[in-house]
Amino acid sequence: MSLENKQQQPPAGLNYDETKLTLGLPGSGSKRGFSETVDISFGSSSSSSSGAGVECCGQYSVVDGGDKTHKAPAAKAQLVGWPPVRVSRKNLMKSCKYVKVAVDGAPYLRKVDLEMYNSYQQLLGALEDMFSFLTIRNYLNESKLMDPANGVEYVPTYEDRDDDWMLVGDVPWKMFVETCKRLRLMKSSEAIGLAPRTPPQCTSTH
Amino acid sequence: MNYFPDEVIEQIFESVTSQKDRNAVSLVCKSWYKIERFSRERVFIGNCYAISPERVIERFPGLKSLTLKGKPHFADFNLVPHEWGGFLQPWIEALADGRVGLEELRLKRMIVSDESLELLSRSFPNFKSLVLVSCEGFTTDGLAAIAANCRLLKELDLQENDIDDHRGHWLSCFPESSTSLVSLNFACLKGEINLPALERLVGRSPNLKVLRLNRAVPPDTLQKVLARAPQLVDLGTGSYVLDPDSDTYNKLQATVVKCKSIKSLSGFLEVGPRCLPSIYPILENLTSLNLSYAPGVHGSELIELIRQCVKLQRLWILDCIGDKGLGVVASTCKELQELRVFPSDPFAAGHAFVTEEGLVAISAGCPKLHSLLYFCQQMTNAALITVAKNCPNFIRFRLCILDPTKPDAVTMRPLDEGFGAIVQACKNIRRLSLSGLLTDRVFLYIGMYAEQLEMLSIAFAGDSDNGMLYVLNGCKKLRKLEIRDSPFGNEALLKDVGKYETMRSLWMSSCEVTLGGCKALAKQMPTLNVEIINESDQVEIGVDDEQRVEKMYLYRTLVGKRRDTPEFVWTL
Repeated sequence: MSLENKQQQPPAGLNYDETKLTLGLPGSGSKRGFSETVDISFGSSSSSSSGAGVECCGQYSVVDGGDKTHKAPAAKAQLVGWPPVRVSRKNLMKSCKYVKVAVDGAPYLRKVDLEMYNSYQQLLGALEDMFSFLTIRNYLNESKLMDPANGVEYVPTYEDRDDDWMLVGDVPWKMFVETCKRLRLMKSSEAIGLAPRTPPQCTSTH
Repeated sequence: MNYFPDEVIEQIFESVTSQKDRNAVSLVCKSWYKIERFSRERVFIGNCYAISPERVIERFPGLKSLTLKGKPHFADFNLVPHEWGGFLQPWIEALADGRVGLEELRLKRMIVSDESLELLSRSFPNFKSLVLVSCEGFTTDGLAAIAANCRLLKELDLQENDIDDHRGHWLSCFPESSTSLVSLNFACLKGEINLPALERLVGRSPNLKVLRLNRAVPPDTLQKVLARAPQLVDLGTGSYVLDPDSDTYNKLQATVVKCKSIKSLSGFLEVGPRCLPSIYPILENLTSLNLSYAPGVHGSELIELIRQCVKLQRLWILDCIGDKGLGVVASTCKELQELRVFPSDPFAAGHAFVTEEGLVAISAGCPKLHSLLYFCQQMTNAALITVAKNCPNFIRFRLCILDPTKPDAVTMRPLDEGFGAIVQACKNIRRLSLSGLLTDRVFLYIGMYAEQLEMLSIAFAGDSDNGMLYVLNGCKKLRKLEIRDSPFGNEALLKDVGKYETMRSLWMSSCEVTLGGCKALAKQMPTLNVEIINESDQVEIGVDDEQRVEKMYLYRTLVGKRRDTPEFVWTL
């Protein structure tokens, strides 16, 4: 099997990184984000690539994923009533990806909809809300979940499509959402030898 | 001046069925008007506020079938507040008071209450057919009343309504004596269904031809129902998740084989892996296939399915079919007349999707195509020009590029030439929806060539008032114009106010028209209702004439300002 290097000019707006050949998990292809195909002017920063200078005076609602850090407007801006599909279709299409969340020591599991979040940071925040005994502690540039009452640290792990248990945070967020089947917050003490010394960037949003 | 007695003329009029023709006939002379009005049984009201129920009943006392439309089209996309209007209640009350022998009621975008449905069910002993499309405001309790009281009910067709589901009980309200059902569609219901009641109902309805189930109906019930109704012509499955190695699967497959009359298939709201081969036996006879609510059917399974649908005339699918999949459609479905490709995940990272390539392939392979709705990632002028050449018979052409101002993906130019080619080649085009980067030029083409155009939808297009003017001047048969987010203002709006009397309605939102412009229009044209929809909390709306109007909807009417406007609607 030879790796072919296709020297094609990608359509405007396509991020080369997304088409780079990497050893990825099955089913995780490169995907163009909708934000990368959006060319409309939001009236402030980005200018449209057309020359016609059409000004869009429509209504916009920027879907705020609840992230405390400021996000670039291109992330999930949505026009009201666009694309023109009936509500019944939109409801059907709204992807929802509920996965079970187990926390070592907790008597029952919970479920989260991964599609509700845009980043690992947001997910941790949701887990913090859901399991009240947990708090996010930020050490330098890394976030951890811990139980302040007894100092127990939890390492977030997930089961992927190959039934392997992986450390949360290694892959880009979207790829994670695609491949994650369930989550487990593992006690740090059990994760001896697995927890990395230099933890992954849990705040990555791409 | 009649050469024949009235009874003979009436006989002749019986073969005049289209409303358009009947309207024309009624204008010939007083005598024909009178004969026509007494013999008219079917009435179509495209805008429920254009006329009052009392006047309709007065003119057509023999009314048996009424079609009513309420909210403007953009209400489908959440651009119109729910309580804007389109209430059924006053119509039902008037029809009941007038002792009209109503047999059929077809509603679109109306607000229907349980009270209205209850009144309907009790007031018309010959009532046979209820079709509700994109309506809201009622619950399954209203359906229970219909089921219980309409003894001769043949058709209950619920399409894409927003129904408050009180769970399952309504189906049991069909009395044991009810055996007249021909068509039952409850696919849009979200709640549980009384499954044994459904089986019994189907069992005692020998004339049942159309059955569309909702998600709550599992495969084993589907099998039982199909076993009792092998004569079905139109089937919509509910859940299709089952174990291909199970007994249920084998039973279902065996039952499906016997349903030789099924021509129309839809549903598959949930699908399990490897379940679809059970449906293969009926695919070769299908003329209509709707998988647009079936995101679980994709990839090679979808392709394999399509390959067997050689007689397909109508296909509704999701864009996860991809350009390659459309290529398979093009080579398989030579009889295709109508294609709709819906977006499968409008806002997420693009999985499979379709582009201009898929459309070109379809146009090359399916010469009979006349109706298109196509949501795609990108388009090019070259592709549209090719499509126009391949398919000059388009009646409906609706293109929606998901990025609304995207230019030609190859040349980066506006898509004016492409759409221009479509309207020039397709002399019979009646409905057109535009998208992508478009200048005034496209409207010049539309005004010049689209002589039969009746409905035009515009979004994020044009440069100046000229665009709108080209359309208003050129399209003599224009009935409905809806525009959003385009730079058309008062000059275009006010240039030819008489035009709006020849049209059913005009919608403009997020354009450049001002309050002053709308006021001027309303003043000049008393036969129009000019409505301003203002949802913001500002109470001072209405003071500043220079202010741009967010949403304006105007329509011709014979009965003046309506009296049921909610707070946020202001008729000028």
